[in-house]
Amino acid sequence: MPLQNDDAEVIFELTFPACPDRLKLVRTLVLEAARMSGLCDSSSRDLVIAVDEACQNVIRHAYCGDPEGKIILEFARTADSVVLKLRDFAPLADVEKIKPRDLDDIRPGGLGTHFIFELMDEATFTPPLEGDGNLLKMVKRIG
Amino acid sequence: MEHEIREQGDVLIAVLSGDIDLEQAPTARKVLLECVGQGKSVLVDLSGVGYIDSSGVASLVEAYQAARKTKSGFALVSVSVGAMRVLELARLNKVFTIHDTIEAGLEAS
Repeated sequence: MPLQNDDAEVIFELTFPACPDRLKLVRTLVLEAARMSGLCDSSSRDLVIAVDEACQNVIRHAYCGDPEGKIILEFARTADSVVLKLRDFAPLADVEKIKPRDLDDIRPGGLGTHFIFELMDEATFTPPLEGDGNLLKMVKRIG
Repeated sequence: MEHEIREQGDVLIAVLSGDIDLEQAPTARKVLLECVGQGKSVLVDLSGVGYIDSSGVASLVEAYQAARKTKSGFALVSVSVGAMRVLELARLNKVFTIHDTIEAGLEAS
């Protein structure tokens, strides 16, 4: 089931379980796809950070560590950007609560959402076009 | 993630390498808190860290805060480019004491 509904060219779609030990694989794939799509090396590495943090949020918060959870990551390219869509099938998240925290508060945790919003040109949480769960759309401009 | 602990006088050097991500962060946290718990100054060598995410950073922050409670030294040394990028994003490069080399860290400890 394609997650894209625009003119984007899909580079890959990956379905994987919500397990921490799959994140290295996801990072490797995203890095190569980012380079292939024309992002410079630093932007490619920034993209990897954002995607890793988004996957982490799904694993830790949406599925609460349940490895039975399923995640779909779609990586696509348009003329001027890469567009990633991350889909889960967890209960609907309260998007009002998904906000970066105050960085002056020095404490462990809570940085992932800040990284995503800082590194991506766009990051929006929307209900999926079909079915249950959550959909995070992230856009990084090329160049 | 791999780790190695070296003792140099009153200083413990925790060498972490590889990826410190959601899977590996609990190990990093345990290693660092055990080092801090010994009451010595701790230098964390991040030269071999290829990737660190927010959960890995959280393990550093937790160890840093534990060291502050006991007034022990805690510093990062030889931070890799990738790890520094993440620390800068979290603005923690202004919070942690960071030395360019182990020698500089030992001298300051």
